[in-house]
Amino acid sequence: MSNTPIFKAFCCSSLGTKSLPRCLQPTCFCERTSVGRQQLKREGKSAVRVSAQVMEFAELIKTPRVDGVVLHRPFLPTVEGTLCLTGHHLILSSRQDNTEELWLLHSNIDSIEKRFVGSLGTIIVKCKDLRVIQLDIPGMEECLNIASSIEALSTLDSVSLMYPFFYRPMFEVIEDGWNSFLPEDVFKDLESMTDEWRLSEVNKDFSVCQSYPPLVAVPKNVDDETLKKVATFRHGGRFPVLSYYHKKNGMVMMRAGQPLTGTNGRRCKEDEKLINATLRPGKRGYIIDTRTINVAQQAKARGGGFETEGNYPQWRRIHKAIERYNILQESLIKLVEACNDQSHSMDRWLSKLEASNWQTHVKEILTTACLAAQCIDREGASVLVHGTEGTDATLQVTSLAQIILDPACRTIRGFQGLVEREWLQAGHPFQQRCATSAYSNNKPRQEAPVFLLFLDCVWQILRQFPCSFEFSESFLVLLFEHAYASQFGTFLANSTAERTKLSLPEKTVSLWSWVNRPQELERLTNPLYEANSLVIWPSVAPQSLLLWEGVFLRWNRSSKCLDEAYEEMVHIIEYNKELQSKVNSLRRQLAELETEDPLLQTP
Amino acid sequence: MVSSVERPPTIPAGSQLILRCKDFRVYQILIPQERDCMDVHASLVRLSRPEKYSELYCMSFNPNVNKEEREDSWKLIDLMADYKRMGVPNNLWVSTAANSEYRVCDTYPSELFVPKSATPAIIVGSSRFRSRGRFPALSYFHQDTLAAVCRCSQPLSGFSGRCQEDEMMLQAVMKSNPGSEYIYVVDTRPKLNAMANRAAGKGYENEDHYTNIKLQFIGIENIHVMRSSQQKIIDVGEMRAPSMTDFLWGLENSGWLKHIKAVLDAGVFIARAVADEGVSVLVHCSDGWDRTAQACSVASILLDPFYRTLKGLMVLIERDWVSFGHKFSHRYAHLDGDPKEVSPVIDQFLECVWQLSEQFPCAFEFNERFLIAIHTQVYSCQYGTFLCNCQKERRDIRLHERSHSVWPQLWKDRAEYTNPLYKAEQSQSQGILRPNTTPYCFKMWKGLYNHMEKSTPPRQSPSDYLSTVKEETQQLEEELINHQERIAALMGKPITWEKIEVPRRRTSHLGQRHCGPDPPSTYTHPITSPTQDNGHALSSEPVNQEAQTKDPALSLPLGLHTHLKSQDPDDLSACSDLESGVADLSSRSSSGVDEGKDPNETASPPPDWKSKGNH
Repeated sequence: MSNTPIFKAFCCSSLGTKSLPRCLQPTCFCERTSVGRQQLKREGKSAVRVSAQVMEFAELIKTPRVDGVVLHRPFLPTVEGTLCLTGHHLILSSRQDNTEELWLLHSNIDSIEKRFVGSLGTIIVKCKDLRVIQLDIPGMEECLNIASSIEALSTLDSVSLMYPFFYRPMFEVIEDGWNSFLPEDVFKDLESMTDEWRLSEVNKDFSVCQSYPPLVAVPKNVDDETLKKVATFRHGGRFPVLSYYHKKNGMVMMRAGQPLTGTNGRRCKEDEKLINATLRPGKRGYIIDTRTINVAQQAKARGGGFETEGNYPQWRRIHKAIERYNILQESLIKLVEACNDQSHSMDRWLSKLEASNWQTHVKEILTTACLAAQCIDREGASVLVHGTEGTDATLQVTSLAQIILDPACRTIRGFQGLVEREWLQAGHPFQQRCATSAYSNNKPRQEAPVFLLFLDCVWQILRQFPCSFEFSESFLVLLFEHAYASQFGTFLANSTAERTKLSLPEKTVSLWSWVNRPQELERLTNPLYEANSLVIWPSVAPQSLLLWEGVFLRWNRSSKCLDEAYEEMVHIIEYNKELQSKVNSLRRQLAELETEDPLLQTP
Repeated sequence: MVSSVERPPTIPAGSQLILRCKDFRVYQILIPQERDCMDVHASLVRLSRPEKYSELYCMSFNPNVNKEEREDSWKLIDLMADYKRMGVPNNLWVSTAANSEYRVCDTYPSELFVPKSATPAIIVGSSRFRSRGRFPALSYFHQDTLAAVCRCSQPLSGFSGRCQEDEMMLQAVMKSNPGSEYIYVVDTRPKLNAMANRAAGKGYENEDHYTNIKLQFIGIENIHVMRSSQQKIIDVGEMRAPSMTDFLWGLENSGWLKHIKAVLDAGVFIARAVADEGVSVLVHCSDGWDRTAQACSVASILLDPFYRTLKGLMVLIERDWVSFGHKFSHRYAHLDGDPKEVSPVIDQFLECVWQLSEQFPCAFEFNERFLIAIHTQVYSCQYGTFLCNCQKERRDIRLHERSHSVWPQLWKDRAEYTNPLYKAEQSQSQGILRPNTTPYCFKMWKGLYNHMEKSTPPRQSPSDYLSTVKEETQQLEEELINHQERIAALMGKPITWEKIEVPRRRTSHLGQRHCGPDPPSTYTHPITSPTQDNGHALSSEPVNQEAQTKDPALSLPLGLHTHLKSQDPDDLSACSDLESGVADLSSRSSSGVDEGKDPNETASPPPDWKSKGNH
């Protein structure tokens, strides 16, 4: 397989403003002309599947198009036009040049509401990116049909029906994002710093741990047999693996699932051996348990538990209080409700904000990350982080600690690598967590804004250190959007095992392929950035932590003035740079002239 | 600046004093000898409560200038020039001599503008019907709509009282706005308070007696409520290691942001009436020197871009606060007096301006530091500007002869106070501001209320960074011109001043910018650009990519640019000047990052986290 496939195919997303009528066919996504052998081969294979699924979508779409629909969006003029439903998109176009169309992925729709006044129906579409739009649809029947179609299309169960499987990039893929952050490449960097670690293939067929990637970094002197035994002692088979190596002092951060001590205080010599192998002689390490001591105690009854002092004398355990995912989801719902509250009462707003507890979670997560970073950088101690499963709070802590400690993670590419390593490959169940957002009426099952909270925390640090990050806030917002609904396959599925099974790298495009192109990178770059090689210690005082307006108030208030300010800021910096180079050129020219004409030389 | 001195119990190391300052800083002083400590305490207690104006610092403060310079200092801000700027006097509003020698109203300035049709008899009659004689007078005239903002105090109406002259006065205000058929009377108090005042023979205008007025209550609380509210928010700022819940609950419980919102809402109401409806507004509260001053000045800020400049804000404060008799001495406890008279009235005005600057980052010529500097000066009495309670009092103690004005000093330091994002020609710097006053748009003003946080290493501040960049840009521009001239000269056109040395003063303070006591200005990062707002569904659209905005001003004059580019760019290192430029660039790196500091201060894992290790 080529690393840089060049697709020049067309699908529904490629139809410009003028060619809308073609979109009126709900099956437009298969209208492709392909160039290149690769693509031809793929076409052949997928043709059968696609046509079968076209049928499936067609059944769901009761009314493919309605004319005279009025769209209301926050801070944008209303648009009247034709509404079309395709297999994956809700499209509204005025069919005039120069007017923007609405293309909304069905998978972005969190919930819808219907209202009727006479024969005029109104559908309120609430999206996972927290936007709320309103569609006025003439005709009761059309409205009901559209509503039920949207409902069906936005809640498709099968992953393989998702848009990323149908999307073909309209841009040239310079670098296939699926291969950009492979564990073996990351390990090469580690090898250049230390020889104490090795890359184990023990999980190459995902039999030891379902949620781990095939390759993980473990202490060199611990063999695969030991790892297998440890895996049976850790929740979900998540034996301790390397998360971060602190170059400055050689300390490490590891992560794992909780030890399965149970009420009997089961112990596992191999587990003790494994984590002790990461300590320098005579050194102690810290175990950061993201749960409170009470929660950890209760976990024993369900077979879980924590490392006791007796069995792990070289480790000191610290309990923190990061909430579990179901509580976080509730928090998100309350926060978004507070932001959408129309009353103008300050007391009400502040008490709702407080009651949502969102900011408390942000503070708690950041505090724990600071603690981990402090143990490593200040105490010169290695750290093991875990909660219950080790797939949520654990990852928040390990990834944020790296933002604090490692300047590389504050670059655009480094941050992608961090998300790839500490979230995607580390087995954060994106599909489960991001199935619904704040507006869904369904009872949450495994949904939770764990990743959003992580992004929020990164934003807080970015806001406090606006010159130390190569990327701007828009990159974080972009990741939030794509985690919930995307044309790219990056955030599909729950683990590397599932991604492999679904052949995502072959069948879908990676978000990184899109992001790592000059024109996108330019848009995501922070103009204030100046590489800062230091550890950055964020303040976690409540006064320093603000509500992330870029996400939570994004659709509630106009960003015009702030955008203007941003442009002005960019302008000031760019102008300075241009001037700098111009002056330098002149200086040189002057120097040349002066040497040519010694009589005029200035003293 | 000392507002209170506490002497907690002696500890082995010595005796302590805790000084609470009027700018909300708190200092802890350790004095080894208890005796000394008691002496210092006694002195401070006495000295921090001066009883006479002559004891105040401004009366002895001598910034080493001569008499002329001192007199000039008082002339920097010229109110008459500002009235002229807004087009007054004209055929609608005229100057009145009624209050010369402060005969009609002793707390008003001597020079005032009133409707043309208001005769001295009407003015005097109206003033008798108004609390403290504060009759309706012009605060701001809006040239675009010919509508005006006027101010006065509450009418002495009681339950049924009326006054023909006062009714004629309001009629005259309306008539001075040819385009409208009514005026708004904005009573900035909560309606209940206004009604209660009727029992004391005061109250509000009866809409039956006055033709063509629309009465509007705003609901700004009185000075006593504000005083205790501010104390609560100061306490919130001083909380040690609060939880998020403590903090948000404290914020809510203080009610402070609610009051700020009320003041801003009053300004928004007035500005809309004047600009959108073209209707004149008469503003009053009880005495017309606290809430009225707030509402009028906020409205002026919203209506007129001039007041969003450094000079403009000075003029505005001089007019609506100083000249119209805001009781600075009482409100800010310059002299030992009734603690019930103290209230953070101008604090709230300054905070409203700060909240606006957060919403409109390019609209104000000044930055947060300027507002805080004014706040400090209001309390400190280093200069005479904010002394006394009204113009008459200032004249009586010959203030202008005995002290200096603060404005020239602030003007001199204007480089410190300039907002790098301000651009006069930008849309938010022009016309009326329409702020969003939804509760979530208000933030706690950390720069003022959170000195604790400030004492830790300041964070990186984009606005300081930008100021430095702009400063450098200016130098580069000068250098550029210079080079061009010299090149022109070398090319054969002899210019006499060709030897002028390029002013390449790279100031050494670049690297230290963030070490001073100044607050790090907060800067809200802009929300994602509009192109992204369409969401990812659109992002695969080629159409969308074209929407990337490029500032055309970024590109250089093309001819010169290409010409220069054609030279060998690799030769740069040969030039030592360039190297110095590069070095300067790196030194301005605005890092608030300090690795050497104790992380317990900065990264706030609670210092006692170790104890939590054991269960």
